[in-house]
Amino acid sequence: MSRLDRQPPWPRRIGRGLLGLLAVGFLSVFLLLPLAVVFVEALRQGVHAYLSSIGQHEALAAIRLTLLVAVISVPLNVLFGVAAAWLMARFEFRGKALLGAFIDLPFSVSPVISGLVYVLLFGAQGWFGPWLGAHDIKIIFAVPGLVLATIFITLPFVARELIPLMQSQGSDEEEAARVLGAGGWQMFFRVTLPNIRWALLYGVLLCNARAMGEFGAVSVVSGHIRGLTTTMPLEVEMRYNEYDYVGAFAVATLLALLALLTLAIKTLLEWRYGDEIAAHAPGGH
Amino acid sequence: MTLQLSHLSRRFAGIPALDDVSLAMAPGEFLALLGSSGSGKTTLLRILAGLDYPDAGTAQLDGRDFLAAEARERKVGLVFQHYALFRHLTVAENVAFGLRVRSRKSRPSNAAINERVGQLLKRVQLEGYGRRYPAQLSGGQRQRVALARALAVEPSLLLLDEPFGALDAQVRVTLRRWLRELHEELKLTTVFVTHDQEEALELADRIAVMNHGRIEQVGTPEAIYQQPATPFVCEFIGKMNKLAVTSADGRLSVGDWVLDGLPGNDHHAQVVAYVRPEHLSLGVAETRPGWTARLRHVYLAGSVAHLELHIPSIGQTLEADVGGEDVARLGLQVGAEFRVAPRSAVVFALGEPEGSQSFEERWFWQAADAVPPAPRATSVSPIGEGRARAGRCS
Repeated sequence: MSRLDRQPPWPRRIGRGLLGLLAVGFLSVFLLLPLAVVFVEALRQGVHAYLSSIGQHEALAAIRLTLLVAVISVPLNVLFGVAAAWLMARFEFRGKALLGAFIDLPFSVSPVISGLVYVLLFGAQGWFGPWLGAHDIKIIFAVPGLVLATIFITLPFVARELIPLMQSQGSDEEEAARVLGAGGWQMFFRVTLPNIRWALLYGVLLCNARAMGEFGAVSVVSGHIRGLTTTMPLEVEMRYNEYDYVGAFAVATLLALLALLTLAIKTLLEWRYGDEIAAHAPGGH
Repeated sequence: MTLQLSHLSRRFAGIPALDDVSLAMAPGEFLALLGSSGSGKTTLLRILAGLDYPDAGTAQLDGRDFLAAEARERKVGLVFQHYALFRHLTVAENVAFGLRVRSRKSRPSNAAINERVGQLLKRVQLEGYGRRYPAQLSGGQRQRVALARALAVEPSLLLLDEPFGALDAQVRVTLRRWLRELHEELKLTTVFVTHDQEEALELADRIAVMNHGRIEQVGTPEAIYQQPATPFVCEFIGKMNKLAVTSADGRLSVGDWVLDGLPGNDHHAQVVAYVRPEHLSLGVAETRPGWTARLRHVYLAGSVAHLELHIPSIGQTLEADVGGEDVARLGLQVGAEFRVAPRSAVVFALGEPEGSQSFEERWFWQAADAVPPAPRATSVSPIGEGRARAGRCS
């Protein structure tokens, strides 16, 4: 006991101090400094210039498009994620490992390749290009392409968040619900969903952050048509390439704020529902 | 309600979990499915609950096909081994669950549900716990919530999966008694799965001993203990000394101990005798067949003393149980030598060499002057169903 209470010997104290300094230094250089730079650069010419560059038609269109893409792709990924997690956590079947690998595929494939695949499939010269052209359906260089690419990129977030949780929770409670007379939907909404709600929300947050921030895949299928197919990250890049630094960083601040907001909501949830989340820990049933 | 299971079989990836199981349950009966893990007892319970289905066989409840009904339609109360309480719901809402999920037509009013929940919580001695969450309860309390939740739907059949498995020893015994009393009060047909024979012997009206997906024996605890039907039941239930019996010159013997009255028969590949530790007589007369034993250890466990007796003539160490006070009275000291002989034994003539569970004949043997003297004590004719087969060769 007394050994634990005693101060560590000074070489260890120094070692601990150095490690702490290293961690803080690393975080400052690689996380805080860039974040600060974004805001400093955006406000370099004053608040007025900042606000007016955000208020430009193209910027507003980019914000609207980004929100639209997220509003479509996030719910679809929630549906897919819950279904895939259910399948992975509750059933044994042939090819389960393969399905798991497929769910992870977007993590391992370069986003540029993901975008390119859609161009090869749906582009004018792609496999389905002629058919789509004949029926006057535009996917590539249009909003559907952006949505498809974003769905693909964000596919693993919800599923990967839920699978380990659902596996560790097991199916006992769901079976109990069935034996007590619950139908399939009753079981899902009264037992399954409440048990995974925080993990699901967490997955949705990550999914949303990525959906709004995705650059590579979206860049390939976008075609960079200003005011029509440029999302916020693309708008940042275009402005930067046009030497409009204030404009680029102004839009970038919005993305940074989104990241901070995501972090804040996540922290708030963990704080506000801490005991309920704790009750979710394995063995807490 | 009478539940009749006939020839149920279930395989998982080719491995039989249930193998031709038939069983009848009388109304109000308290039946234990006893077996080690992998014996198929939980599979059988899950089939009864509607969470799994057999590959073959039928189950009839009062003559109706029980298996045709879905889990939610069966009105079965199931208490899971780890209770499976809904962790996001309060105790009261857990208990109310089965009533809340009913269709609007058959769902009781909120007031009625609350009243019923109150009654059930009172019945399981958890009044005032309604607003708590499962995580805030002890293991024994969770178990009782799970029971109240199962009883809320007024089940016609109550299934308990290792109901005391996750509890510590003291709570276990208290809950066991309490559950027995509750059963006597409710008269609900109850099936419980357990690997703990003490639990089964103490609680159940009847026990079905399971092994490798088959039922080895069904009977009252007394019958299971005193008249084990198969070598497996002998080895599984209680403690047994297993002795290899020699069959020669028309008689059966183990060293100097002769099983008088049993026909020695050379065509049996192997004969084994099982003797319970409490059926070994100590200090028998020289004139009687028996062995000279040396006392190796005395384990005094409260009211009972377990003795470890080495018998040089057969090269085996046997276990004998005597009353704790007898240890001093008989002057039992480690190293002491005296003669011992079994008072009774269960004897199996195995059809095949060791490792096989099948046997050809079974006898209950009792010593000629066994106390209390029974009229037919001299020898017992084969009670075993000739050429009976039990268990599987595996």
